[in-house]
Amino acid sequence: MSILLDRASRVIVQGITGRMAQFHTKEMLDYGTNVVGGVVPGKGGETLFGIPVFDTVKQAVAATGADTSLVFVPPPFAADSIMEAADAGIRYCVCITDGIPAQDMILVKRYMMRYPRERRMVLTGPNCAGTISPGKALLGIMPGHIYLPGNVGIVSRSGTLGYEAAQQLKDRGIGISTSVGIGGDPINGSSFRDILERFEADPDTHVICMIGEIGGPQEAEAAAYIQEHMTKPVIAYIAGLTAPKGRTMGHAGAIISAFGESASEKVEILSDAGVTVAENPSAIGETVARVMAKRAA
Amino acid sequence: MDIHEYQAKEILAKFGVAVPQGALAYSPEQAAYRARELGGNRWIVKAQVHAGCRGKAGGVKLCESEHEIQDATNDMFGRKLVTHQTGPEGKGIYRVYVEAAVEFNREIYLGFVLDRSTQRIMIVASSEGGMEIEEISAQRPDSIVRSTVEPAVGLQEFQAREISYALGIPTALTQQMVRTLQGCYRAFRDLDATMVEINPLVITADNRILALDAKMTFDTNALFRHPQVAELRDKSQEDPRESRAADRGLAYIGLSGNIGCIVNGAGLAMATMDTIKLAGGEPANFLDIGGGATPERVAKAFRLVMSDDNVEAILVNIFAGINRCDWVAEGVVQALTANPVNVPVIVRLSGTNVEEGQKILAKSGLPIIRANTLMEAAERAVIAWKNDRKQNTTVRAI
Repeated sequence: MSILLDRASRVIVQGITGRMAQFHTKEMLDYGTNVVGGVVPGKGGETLFGIPVFDTVKQAVAATGADTSLVFVPPPFAADSIMEAADAGIRYCVCITDGIPAQDMILVKRYMMRYPRERRMVLTGPNCAGTISPGKALLGIMPGHIYLPGNVGIVSRSGTLGYEAAQQLKDRGIGISTSVGIGGDPINGSSFRDILERFEADPDTHVICMIGEIGGPQEAEAAAYIQEHMTKPVIAYIAGLTAPKGRTMGHAGAIISAFGESASEKVEILSDAGVTVAENPSAIGETVARVMAKRAA
Repeated sequence: MDIHEYQAKEILAKFGVAVPQGALAYSPEQAAYRARELGGNRWIVKAQVHAGCRGKAGGVKLCESEHEIQDATNDMFGRKLVTHQTGPEGKGIYRVYVEAAVEFNREIYLGFVLDRSTQRIMIVASSEGGMEIEEISAQRPDSIVRSTVEPAVGLQEFQAREISYALGIPTALTQQMVRTLQGCYRAFRDLDATMVEINPLVITADNRILALDAKMTFDTNALFRHPQVAELRDKSQEDPRESRAADRGLAYIGLSGNIGCIVNGAGLAMATMDTIKLAGGEPANFLDIGGGATPERVAKAFRLVMSDDNVEAILVNIFAGINRCDWVAEGVVQALTANPVNVPVIVRLSGTNVEEGQKILAKSGLPIIRANTLMEAAERAVIAWKNDRKQNTTVRAI
């Protein structure tokens, strides 16, 4: 098993005709992802890589039975596309787009609440690398070949740091159940806690590797959840120990503003919650390996 | 994106927030002239820089004659104002704002922020105005009133009234306070602000609620739909290297160390800085060249990092995912051949085709120090930097 995404996921790509979207759709198809359609208003009826393009998500869902969507729409229009997916009955949506206005995301989150929990779409991102269940399906822009199938769940705010972790695990022959990018924006679809809950419930995930950074309350919230509810071991790495206070480091989210938001405070809070924290990014792989060995013993 | 106080006041006034009468000046003569236009006999002259805590740093002066205004502004123009929000290099004063002085009885703190926990706009207010919010929350946490806004309906009047009563504002002024709160909220929402701060908001001797200061910060991601806000950008208040980088699509932040960093991805860039520190060095900058890491971007990044005179070694850390390491390596070789640098360069590549990438670096004949892991790269960078420094010192001594 895996979380959020597997072989059965029927995927549409919103904004499929864009240059980046075309490139990554091809990569996803090559990986074996079941991409069943694309959506671009005004381009309904066209085909791309033999995949039909629709004007609306509702049409795409009706014609293909799609339940999963990848949003590649430019920032001014991305929020609208996410809401369209939520309204059309898509169950899981990943938004790659970087640069969505924060208030658009506030409205997206509010809009998703209209639907009862059992019909509510799960969103990860925006401004993320996507989600991959190795050997099953890839939904995003990550290089598929650095992920081996296995039993470690990865959840990361940063894209390239998530790759770094996957590569280090691969170098040690350790595989991954699912790797989820939750993105670097201040208002995101799913938090660390949301994804940790899913990993805790997934029988094929044995160990979780969580990669955070300075800014925002989500690492501290995750620590509280881990302490109270998680039985599986969690390994963490937090980037930004040397980041000067009060400065934005590329991610709009990485702004220090309250206790529990600096990297050193996050390390402290997570350690107190029983999380094994890797001291430096090169040690993520060996730390996971050590915890797995201890668990096996 | 930050704007100046006078600009924030102009915006808020349009949304119904009362502000003192004031006028902008670009020279001491103009400041004196503007004061006479405003009338009265007491004025506040305020340096317009993108930072708070100007008063303590000498950026705000009470003047009682036009001569005093000229003297005060003579001292300000062209100077760098250093407050604890500007960093040690300070920010240049090129504009001053002259306001009619106001008698007041009470100071209130009022802030609107994006709250990441509730993922909503939050109002933070305190009856202890005049201090910084950090001081207030440390010393008088009970005085802080918080209220979140439901995005579907916006700030309701009852919420604004509740805040007004909680702050102990006289009942006769409740409506004025409601108008002030709703004006700030609407400005925040309509213009995609990420912060609105009025500190202090005062109750004047003649019973008016007035914003004596105002700060606004805007969501750069939303500037596409607010050209009138985008126009308010003042590059004189930005670090020139950061502006130049931003104009070229690179996220750069200058720091005070000696080891320059070129990395793809913000998270990996922060992790690289941390590892340099762990290895005993100090990073000279944060630089995220973006996921793509094309040869052109790598070349631009080298030029940018080398424009910092403090840089004595450069660490390149690229995770090539979709792009291949051999391609990134070609970019590094091209950049270094076209713009040779006189400091040690350490390159760590990871991801697709890493062996080919290493071969290209080795074959180039350039003095590139290679590393396999990030820790190794940071350690080698620190050693190379220290050795290089020793050699240079010896040369100078001879």
